[in-house]
Amino acid sequence: MADNKRKIIREICQSCGDDPTRLMDIVRAVQMRLRCVDDEAMDLIAKAVNTHRVEVAGVVSFYAFLADQPLGDIVIRLCDDVIDEMAGSKYVAEALRSELGIDFGQTTPDGRFTLAWTPCIGMCDQAPAALVNDVPVTELNSDTARRMIHELREHMRPELLVTRVGDGNNAHPLVQSMVKNNLRHAGPVVFSPVNRGEAIRKALAMTPVEVIRAVKTARLRGCGGAGFPTGMKWEFTRAAAGERKFIIANADEGEPGTFKDRVILTERSDRLFAGMTIAGYAIGASEGILYLRAEYAYLRRYLEEVLAARRAENLLGRAICGRPGFNFDIRIQMGAGAYICGEETALINSCEGRRGEPRNRPPFPAQHGYLGGPTAVNNVETLCCVTKVLEVGPGTFSELGTGVSGSAGTKCLSISGDCRAPGIYEVPYGTTLRSVLDMAGGSEAAAVQVGGPSGKMIAPAEYDRRICFDDLATGGSVMVFSRRRDLLHVVSRFLDFFIEESCGYCTPCRVGNVLLKERVDRIRHRRGNTTDLDYLRELADTVKLTSRCGLGQTSPNPVLATLEKFPHAYTVLMPPNGNGALAPFDLEAATGDARAVVHRERQHSTAVEENRNG
Amino acid sequence: MAKPKVATTSLAGCFGCHMSLLDIDDRILQLVDLVDFDKSPIDDKKHFDGPVDIGLIEGGCCNEENVRVLQDFRTHCTTLISVGDCATMGGIPAMRNGIPLAECYAEAYLNGPSVHNPSGEIPNDPELPLLLDKVYPCHEVVKVDYHIPGCPPPADALWQALVALLTGKPLALPYELIKYD
Repeated sequence: MADNKRKIIREICQSCGDDPTRLMDIVRAVQMRLRCVDDEAMDLIAKAVNTHRVEVAGVVSFYAFLADQPLGDIVIRLCDDVIDEMAGSKYVAEALRSELGIDFGQTTPDGRFTLAWTPCIGMCDQAPAALVNDVPVTELNSDTARRMIHELREHMRPELLVTRVGDGNNAHPLVQSMVKNNLRHAGPVVFSPVNRGEAIRKALAMTPVEVIRAVKTARLRGCGGAGFPTGMKWEFTRAAAGERKFIIANADEGEPGTFKDRVILTERSDRLFAGMTIAGYAIGASEGILYLRAEYAYLRRYLEEVLAARRAENLLGRAICGRPGFNFDIRIQMGAGAYICGEETALINSCEGRRGEPRNRPPFPAQHGYLGGPTAVNNVETLCCVTKVLEVGPGTFSELGTGVSGSAGTKCLSISGDCRAPGIYEVPYGTTLRSVLDMAGGSEAAAVQVGGPSGKMIAPAEYDRRICFDDLATGGSVMVFSRRRDLLHVVSRFLDFFIEESCGYCTPCRVGNVLLKERVDRIRHRRGNTTDLDYLRELADTVKLTSRCGLGQTSPNPVLATLEKFPHAYTVLMPPNGNGALAPFDLEAATGDARAVVHRERQHSTAVEENRNG
Repeated sequence: MAKPKVATTSLAGCFGCHMSLLDIDDRILQLVDLVDFDKSPIDDKKHFDGPVDIGLIEGGCCNEENVRVLQDFRTHCTTLISVGDCATMGGIPAMRNGIPLAECYAEAYLNGPSVHNPSGEIPNDPELPLLLDKVYPCHEVVKVDYHIPGCPPPADALWQALVALLTGKPLALPYELIKYD
């Protein structure tokens, strides 16, 4: 057994060239073959790739999909985001618990099943959803969950759970997934039809500098939420000193409620790969990486095939389209379950086989990124827009929006929650939230969370605000909450998410989010008072101001937004005239544990009390 | 006009903050001119017999008795001040908060290296106050008006705070008095 393990690990390391920067691929492969990366495996890997054991242990402990204790043959990861909860994930959870006889975080004694919660897997429009190993299972309920376990017990093959495939490329032989695209409104940019090779040929007719100028003229800005001008990023990367430059497409869409990249990768991967190739030409890079989140592993074989087809058509590889000297190829780097890897410097660390912790900036990736080379990290959607800019020209592209200054083109929104038609809507920048809600059948919403938990919570009075960089800038997540929902519960769940996903490096984020949640929960349980609101504001400001990266700088947003726009949600839970007074301390509850340990009856302490008073 | 009254107590603390208060040295004579001590270990007065202006609390709440004393202080004191890190944050005693209470009892009464307890029982005399599930800072039990940090707060910080409160003048706490690293 030990010899066998040794052999497997040696093979895996060799297949990655014993390269320590490929540690992510190595530990993922070991996890898949051996069900865990235990102490012994860490030693063997460290020796094989000539690194320190702590580096391997650090990676294994960082990523949610890796484990140092054996997981079951089948790992069921049920999505625990708030949208899935609204769709009834707790009933699914209950069914799974009772069928398997284990709780979440546990493995059945026969080693066949592990049950786990996982943050948003990008299936909010078909919630509740789970990953069964790599296979997404959507629109679950307690009946289908029970049936799923019965079937799995018989064949132990998750792929057989798919009895009916979804639309579009979800039915492709290499995907064969029950996931639905729910592409409700295809716009003229990202989801417009692609003519393979057209954009690249047009780019090659220009000089790289002209390509960058075209992207600038089109006023294209990053679609991941921050909105940094893409042309400027490329210019910096092109100008930076360094032989090896890199393009990375960020497909680690982990912001809860976002699933646009999933549909883009399923239906328009050619548009993305063309954009990456054009970016490579523009900045002078010959290597591209698609960082694909582990939750979308089911798309990997299909994407590899698209890449192979592009190589066959000379749209990737050496001397692309017959242009001598223009060599560019793309590899897929799989993630392993970490929200923070959507942050570009954390993503680069992850690509290099490290823990996905953000780096200090400067230096920015444009100067010093992947393997120390100048690196442009772009969102999947942004790179798709690049292809469109080249197809139609920057002038036409910049007129595709509704004329809001500073925002050209369209935005893909992932709409989920309390609306009649959840799914993907590609709308021109400048569209009002109200018309988006009308389209999706969610006009009666009591609140809308735009941009995911770290984004903005919008009240009905603001529904005329526009989706654009200068007003409602968003990575694409739109969560709709009806009047029936308890907003403080939503806030509390969002904080759960940030607590789970904080990398723990800096104290304000690691500790601050826990304190925020504790105080919000205190208010939810009617033990709060008005001074708690000041406390929350002050603490939220501190966490925002002093955190090291975007996670902590935005995690208090749900608290601040609800305090500002929905103060009633808090004050209604507070005692009347309780201004400044604390709810009475629950001594009975606080001494319950001690009473159990020393076997003291309740009368005892009451008797003493009476003695003292008498 | 009668002098303002000051009461003090030590809950789950080490009396270090009280020692620090005594460290104001001969200024204690000035303090006595300014205030009367009410219930306090300093004059050994055991019970409140009327309202008090300022209550100084050392230590957090680790057992039911601490909670009752603190509530008693809140009832009787116009202004309540948490003095020192145990009162403001739980301090050293709160290090047990991550350990299950049963393990704490077992270490203290059964398994500790210096424990001699042939009966193997955990004492359960009604006079022994029950431990709380965790150590609470004072402001989680009652409303606290001011917090003075430090372990212990320097005598000068206590002096400045008391004088400012008693004279109604703005509090001057130079950086040296609140810098702890």
